[in-house]
Amino acid sequence: MTFSSIIIQLLNGLAAASSLFLVSAGLSLIFGVTRIVNFAHGSLYMLGLYGAYSLIEALGRTPIGFWSAVILAALAVGLVGIVIEVLILRRIYRAPELFQLLATFAVVLVIKDIALFTWGAEDLVGPRAPGLSMAVEILGKCIPAYDLLLIAIGPVVLGAVWLLLTRTRWGALVRAATQDREMVGALGVDQAKLFTSVFFVGSVLAGLGGALQIPREPANLELDLAIIADAFVITVVGGLGSITGAFLAAVIIGVAKAFCIGIGTVTWFGFEISFSKLTLVVEFLIMAIVLVARPYGLLGKPQAVQRIAADPVPPLTAPSWKVALVWVVLLLGVPLVADRYITIMLTDIVCFALFAVSLHFIMGPAGMVSFGHAAYFGLGAYAGGLLFKRAGLPMEAALLLAPLCAGAFAVVYGWFCVRLSGVYLAMLTLAFAQISWSIVFQWDSFTGGSNGVFGIWPSAWLADKTTYYYLALACCGTGIALLWRVLFSPFGAALRAGRDSPLRAEAIGIDLRGFQWAAFVLVGALAGLAGSVYAFSKGSISPSTISIGQSTDGLIMVLLGGVETLTGPVVGAAVYTWVRDAVARHTEFWRAVMGCIILLIVLLFPQGLVGGLKALFLRWKEQRA
Amino acid sequence: MSDAVLQVEGLHKAFGGVQAVADVSFAVSAGEMLALIGPNGAGKSTCFNMLNGQLAPDLGIVRLSGRDIVGLRPRAIWRLGVGRTFQITATFASLSVRENVQMALYSYAGKLRSMLSRFGAAFRPEADALLTQVGMLDQAERTCGVLAYGDLKRVELAMALANDPRLLLMDEPTAGMAPRERVELMELTATLARQRNIAVLFTEHDMDVVFSQADRIIVLDRGQLIAGGTPAEVRANPNVRAVYLGSMH
Repeated sequence: MTFSSIIIQLLNGLAAASSLFLVSAGLSLIFGVTRIVNFAHGSLYMLGLYGAYSLIEALGRTPIGFWSAVILAALAVGLVGIVIEVLILRRIYRAPELFQLLATFAVVLVIKDIALFTWGAEDLVGPRAPGLSMAVEILGKCIPAYDLLLIAIGPVVLGAVWLLLTRTRWGALVRAATQDREMVGALGVDQAKLFTSVFFVGSVLAGLGGALQIPREPANLELDLAIIADAFVITVVGGLGSITGAFLAAVIIGVAKAFCIGIGTVTWFGFEISFSKLTLVVEFLIMAIVLVARPYGLLGKPQAVQRIAADPVPPLTAPSWKVALVWVVLLLGVPLVADRYITIMLTDIVCFALFAVSLHFIMGPAGMVSFGHAAYFGLGAYAGGLLFKRAGLPMEAALLLAPLCAGAFAVVYGWFCVRLSGVYLAMLTLAFAQISWSIVFQWDSFTGGSNGVFGIWPSAWLADKTTYYYLALACCGTGIALLWRVLFSPFGAALRAGRDSPLRAEAIGIDLRGFQWAAFVLVGALAGLAGSVYAFSKGSISPSTISIGQSTDGLIMVLLGGVETLTGPVVGAAVYTWVRDAVARHTEFWRAVMGCIILLIVLLFPQGLVGGLKALFLRWKEQRA
Repeated sequence: MSDAVLQVEGLHKAFGGVQAVADVSFAVSAGEMLALIGPNGAGKSTCFNMLNGQLAPDLGIVRLSGRDIVGLRPRAIWRLGVGRTFQITATFASLSVRENVQMALYSYAGKLRSMLSRFGAAFRPEADALLTQVGMLDQAERTCGVLAYGDLKRVELAMALANDPRLLLMDEPTAGMAPRERVELMELTATLARQRNIAVLFTEHDMDVVFSQADRIIVLDRGQLIAGGTPAEVRANPNVRAVYLGSMH
C-alpha cells in the first residue's frame, strides 16, 4: 500500500465513522439514563434515511431543500422517539429489564412494517448532496466532497453533545442519572421528563445519523438490525454511557473496516488472505479483544450500582411427571387426527421449543443473557447439513453429530463470554453470533454463501412428515427433559446459586466460571440439536438461521412465555410460531400485528404469558375462597 | 503464639499514595473471639479482604495453621477451612434455607458437578444439624428471598460452618440488626466457636457487642494497630480513648 492510498482509506473510514458515532452516541445516552437496551434504535436510524429521502423529494434537490430535509428528518425521528417513550417504555420502567428488551423488539417489528407500508419493499436510492456532489483531489486520488463534510460532522456533534452534557443543567442531570438514577429521583428531579428528553435527544442523533447517510447508502428495510449490531459493538467497545468512548470506537472500527476493503486480497507466505471478506467480521473481532482485555470497554466504568435490588427470583418448581406424560400422549396423538399442515407446523414448534428452552436455561437459571443464541442453532443446522452433504455421512449420523459441532463452538465462544456479565456479556454473545453468520454468509464454496445448502433430506424411513415429526418429538423432547433434569441437579442448583450471589458462591468454594462455561457448552449443543432437526425437516438451510433475527425470535419466545417459569419458553415458542404463521397467511404486515400483540402482552402481563396466567388464576382462587 | 490458627505478620496495603494498612500483625487461636475495631476508614475492611483472598497485600504474611495463604483465591482459602459471613448478607435468594446450607455441604464434598442426580437428596441430616445449631430448622423449607434480615444472618452462619472451619471471618456480622438480635447472634457465635474450637475474627461497630463477646480486641486507626488486649485493657488504653473520644480526654 502506498502512502496516498493509506490516507484515502483513512478518510473513507472516518467518513463512515461519523454516522456510526451519531447512532451509538444516542444509544449510549439512552442506556446510561434509562438502563434500557434499546433494540429499536436501529429502526430509528432506518426511519432517518427514509424520512430524509421523502423530505428531499418534497422540498427539492437544492442545497436548502437537502439540508432542511436532513434536519427535519432528524427532528421527526426525535418525535417518534418521544412517542415510543411516552406510550410504551414509560409504563414499564419498573418491569424487569428483560421485559423492556422485549418491548423494544416489538417496536422493531412495528416500525419495520410501517416502513414497508409507507415506502414499499424496494431499496430507495437517495440523491447526492446538492452542491457537494463533486470530488476533491487529495494526493492524486479523488474523495467525494460529501465524505469530507461527514468527517467534520462527527467531531462537531461530539463537541456539541459534550457541551450539552457539561455546560447545561439538563446535561448535569443526565450525567447524574447515569451515575445514580435513584439518587436523582430522590432529589426531586422529574424523572419522566428527564427520560423523555433523553429519548428525544438520542432519537434525534439516530435520525440524523440515518439522514446523513442518504447520499451514500440506499434506504432499505434491512438497515434496522444491521445498524443496531454496529451500534451495540461501538457503544460496548467505547464503554456504555461514554460518548467520547463511542466516538473513539466508531473511528477505530470505521477505519479498520475501510482498511480491510482497501487492502483487498494479499498473499502472505503463500497464503491468500482476503481482507475484504473480513469487513463483516473485523468489528466483532475488535470487540471480542477489547472486552476480554477491558471488560467495561475502552472508556467505560463498572456499571453503576442499582440500589433498589430487583425482586428475588422465585424458586423453580420441578415439572410434574403426570402433566408431562399427558402432554407427550397428546402430542403423539396429534398426527392421527390432524392434517399434514399441522404436523409440519408442530415439527417446527418442537424444534423451536428446544431452542427456546436452551436459551431459557442460560439466561434464566444460569443468569447469562444471550443476544446471540441463534449461533448454536444455526451452527447445528449447518453442521448437520454439511456433514450430510459434503462429508457424505448418513443422515442419522449427521443429525446426531451436529450437536457436538455446535457444542465445540460453544466451548470456544463460552470461554470468552463467561468472563463478562450483564449487558457486556449479552453483547459479546451477539458478536460471536455475527462472526459465525458472516463466515457462513461469505464462505460460498463450503457453506453455499447467501443461498445456503439445499437437498438435505432425511433418510427414506424418515421421509414421511408424520414419521419425521415423531423423530423431532423424540430428539427435542429428550433434549428438553434433559435440560430440565439438569436444572434440578447439583450442577443446575450451583448455577442458580451463582446467579443469586456470585460472592457467596465463591466464598463456599464454587468455581462459578467453570460451571457457567460447562452450562454454555451444554445449551450450545442442545440448541445445535434443535437446529439440526430443524434443517432436515426443511430440506435446506439459509444463513438466516444464524441471523440476529433468529436470536431475537428466541428471546421473544422465552420472554413471551415468561423467564421465571420452566414451561414458559415452550408455551412462548408454540404461541409465537403458531401466531406468526396464522397472521402471515392473512397479511403481508404480520410483523406489525405480532409487534402489537407483544406490546399488548408486555403492558398487560409483565411476568410473561405463563406467569401472568398463573397470577390471574391465583387471584381468581383467592376471590372464591 | 505457636497454636495460632491465623497468624498475620507485617501486613501492608497502599491504594495510590494512601497507606490503608501499615505493618499490621496479630494472631487468633482456636476457640478465641477476636474483635477488630476502629473508626470508619481505619482499614478494617481492607485488612479483612487481604485475609480472605479478595485483595492481595503489598507486603506481609498471612498464615493459616502455619501455611502461607497469600495469593490464594477466596475459594481455595475456603477449602483450607475458612468460613465467611458478609457485611451485607449474601445468600442464594431463590433456594430454600436448607438448600443454601446443602449447597455449601455439596461444595465441600466436591459433589456439585453431577448433572443428573437430584440436588437436595444428599446431606439433609447434616444440613438440618447445622440449622438446628443456629436455630433455623423450623424455617428450613422457606425461600431465603423472603426471610427477615436477622434470620438471613443465621443462615449465613450455618453456611459458614458447613466446611467445618478452623477460622471464621465475620465482617460486621450484626450490621443492620436490632440491638437485641445483635447480642443473641454473637452469643450464638461465641458458643459455637467454643464448642467446635473455631477461631473467630470479627469487625464490629456496636461496642456493647464487642466488649461483651470478644475475648480479645485489637484496635486499628489510620491503618495501624494502636492497641490490643482484653476488653478491660483496651477500655483503659489512653490511645483508644484518644481515637474514639478525641484528644481532650
